[in-house]
Amino acid sequence: MAQIASITLYQNDEARPVMEAILQDNPTARVLNMPGAVKIDVDDELVINRATVEEKLGSEWDCQQIHMVLISMAGNLDEDDDRITLSWKH
Amino acid sequence: MAVKKMGLKQKYAHLTRGLDWETTYEKMDDVFPYDKFEGIKITDWSKWEDPFRLTMDSYWKFQAEKERKLYAVIDAFAQNNGQTNISDARYVNVLKLFLTGISPEEYQAHRGFAFTGRHLRGVGPRVACQQQSLDELRHFQTQCHTISHFNKFFNGLSEFRTMHDRVFYLSVPKSFFDDARTSGPFEFMVAIGFAFEYVLTNLLFVPFMSGAAYNGDMSTVTFGFSAQSDESRHMTLGIEVIKFLLEQHPDNLPIVQEWVDKWFWRGFRLLGLVSMMMDYMLPKKVMSWKEAWEIYFVEAGGTLFKDLERYGLKMPKYHEQATEACEHISHQLWGLLYQLSHVAGLHAWMPSDEDMDWLSEKYPNTFDKYYRPRFELWKQQEAEGKRFYFNGLLQLCHTCQLPMTFTEPDDPTTTCFRESEYEGQHFHFCSDGCKDIFDREPEKYISSWLPIQQIFQGNCGGPTVPDVLKWYMFGPNDGAEYVGSEDHKLWESWKNTTTKEAAE
Amino acid sequence: MTVEIKTLDFEPKRHTFGHVARRIGGDKPATRYQEATLDAQATENFHYKPLYEPQFWHYDTAKTKVVMDDWYKPLDPRQYYYATYNIARANMNQAVERNFTFVEDKNLLGKVSEDLKQKLIIGLIPVRHIHWGSNMNTSEMCQRGYGTAFTAPCMFSAGDHLGMAQIVSRIGLELDGQTGIGLDKAKDAWMNDNAWQGIRKLVENTLVQRDFFELFVAQVFAINGIILDAIYNGMDDAWGDASLPISMLTEFMNDWQKEEARWSHSTIKIVAAESPENKALVSAWSNDWINRAEDALRIYTTAIAGDENIAKTYADKMRTTAKSLGLEI
Repeated sequence: MAQIASITLYQNDEARPVMEAILQDNPTARVLNMPGAVKIDVDDELVINRATVEEKLGSEWDCQQIHMVLISMAGNLDEDDDRITLSWKH
Repeated sequence: MAVKKMGLKQKYAHLTRGLDWETTYEKMDDVFPYDKFEGIKITDWSKWEDPFRLTMDSYWKFQAEKERKLYAVIDAFAQNNGQTNISDARYVNVLKLFLTGISPEEYQAHRGFAFTGRHLRGVGPRVACQQQSLDELRHFQTQCHTISHFNKFFNGLSEFRTMHDRVFYLSVPKSFFDDARTSGPFEFMVAIGFAFEYVLTNLLFVPFMSGAAYNGDMSTVTFGFSAQSDESRHMTLGIEVIKFLLEQHPDNLPIVQEWVDKWFWRGFRLLGLVSMMMDYMLPKKVMSWKEAWEIYFVEAGGTLFKDLERYGLKMPKYHEQATEACEHISHQLWGLLYQLSHVAGLHAWMPSDEDMDWLSEKYPNTFDKYYRPRFELWKQQEAEGKRFYFNGLLQLCHTCQLPMTFTEPDDPTTTCFRESEYEGQHFHFCSDGCKDIFDREPEKYISSWLPIQQIFQGNCGGPTVPDVLKWYMFGPNDGAEYVGSEDHKLWESWKNTTTKEAAE
Repeated sequence: MTVEIKTLDFEPKRHTFGHVARRIGGDKPATRYQEATLDAQATENFHYKPLYEPQFWHYDTAKTKVVMDDWYKPLDPRQYYYATYNIARANMNQAVERNFTFVEDKNLLGKVSEDLKQKLIIGLIPVRHIHWGSNMNTSEMCQRGYGTAFTAPCMFSAGDHLGMAQIVSRIGLELDGQTGIGLDKAKDAWMNDNAWQGIRKLVENTLVQRDFFELFVAQVFAINGIILDAIYNGMDDAWGDASLPISMLTEFMNDWQKEEARWSHSTIKIVAAESPENKALVSAWSNDWINRAEDALRIYTTAIAGDENIAKTYADKMRTTAKSLGLEI
């Protein structure tokens, strides 16, 4: 069974570009909508690319701005200037 | 000319690592007197991985922005009398349980992480703990500020701080956090950082806050999700702690496993209170407790522990019992609260017919078979004007301090009792998990401040029930049946006016 | 659907929480500071003794020798709770960013001589370790102290000292071409250069202080009030051409010092005024730690600025302040 890497974001305007970027860059992503929140699951590894978020947002985005829209997550986190990765790979 | 901007990881390393030093004028063991007695072996603190690399300037910036947004919502909620837009005044009882039972524990976590933020030897975990300490203070304070508006109109909230120190069912969360706060720094990190924040907190916040959103409480949903964004940082701290301890020395494994077993079970018992909120107290329901447990423990926890297998760490002991018990605990606890609400600081009620059907659907194996008949009998008694209250004596589990109400793992018709003897005295427990916890550290648990025993010893305001309730600082309208209560009448008056206006 | 709000009964049943009302003289609207602070910490019916320190409860007034009838007397005049604290610091930090940008754009530190750069690395950058020690002390006061009125601002100070340690580190990176080599040199100076040993010993002595209010007095008077104040304000001559950019980049520290003293000095004043016994204890602690700080600072200023008098000036200034707070100095 695949291990699920997961992120839960606010259901709002600020989070939408991040969610769209995740769906674009993780084609197998599954979405669970909840009141006020959205949970996105991907098998094994979930990636958020700064460049994709910036493209959706139309302006600069710093990976640390994830803190403004983040509700929860699962997976080992790695964050640098260009991407955030949640992964169960070693 | 400006030098090339440094990368996040490198910048964080320069700004944080290397701040500490090996003291020479004082012994390191005197500077850090508490981090050795637990037997945890750390060979190299520099192996600590910082998951989120927040320098204080970024911390202030993000947190200030979150707070500006949150307080704008809280202000707007008060100005627009948002309390009239909730689904039903029964919902406010969720907030009562939260403010009296959970918010004071946010405060305890604040002080606990100040302790580990000072007394662990590594810089990396210390900085993360300090930020978490600040965050936990934030959660306590934003919860007070949000619920303050409800307190102006509804009963059962006003004396939350005193109630937390005194009331019998609130000793469940209080003893849980007192237990963690009085443990050594590494056990605290495993208890609160890992077991509570990583494994169990999603079960508290995500479904509960979605519940607030679904029930029209926009101020609570905002503080909840805003707090949860800090929680993600806390979760990464929790998981890093476990990995770090297990990577540092093989001797740490058995110690950590015992802590994981202990705190999983203690957390599971504590979250029983949340199971009631989700299945019974939310007028509009988001998901059942069982469904939440499936998503956040069975699935997410299963993945996590599978990942931790490489260190030899096993799923917490009795996790199968916990999953099996999820078919029962919300019904058992709500049944208990229903019978005891005349000596509680919040209201209880029987579910409507539609709610019973929802419960049947969500709990096809258990609800109709074991709980519906009892609930229907109570409803019938209500209709006859004979609302049932329990007036006998309660026996509490010596570990989790919940009343003995849970059933045997393989027999939902028999109440589970366990017993241990220590120094000639007998101690009683609700489960194997709670008995094991006592047996491992009896000298710690014999001192438990058990509310019922304390009443008998005359430490709770006097010998009679009214004496005790006065000492609990319950208002005359805080508890008992919801239907006909002050809260209920106030709600009806608002609703009638609104309906009339709408009709005109 | 239109709802005429005025027809609904929105008369509040009560205005604040019971424990807050009892402290502010009855049921009336309370401030957010009051609701966030008053009686927030649990006070009774604890379940277990700490495994690491069974002689106390985890919240215990006996962890200091001073005795307060009520630890909610020393309130914070800044009325900080989490939101107002973070918003204040975020605003202060905007100025920090502007100043760093200005200094970088004009190359103000890049232009100074290599000798002066090295002098700053040895003479100023080790202050990051003082802030780190101070961060440890303020975290300790929060975890060990009693009553939220006292402990919450201590944790805010812990965040402040970490933030300031990071600002000093950034200055170090400006001086060493963003390599980190300067930070290593500064740490070596902190550990080994004679100039710093008095101060390092003083800081290490505070790290083993377990009486939370004596620790508070030592931190506020000796470290914040004498050592840090003197290093940030008394060394202009020593920093020569760099003194302007250095004062710009340490503006946060000076603003902070003034603001934080409003709270910490008021706390010391209130605790000392509680009883003759408290006054005697706090006075004795103050004398002791001020003297120690003066000795430690003299070693530093003599070595770095060639000036033996700075230490006395700053120590005397602190003694005057301490007297004005009602202490016997």
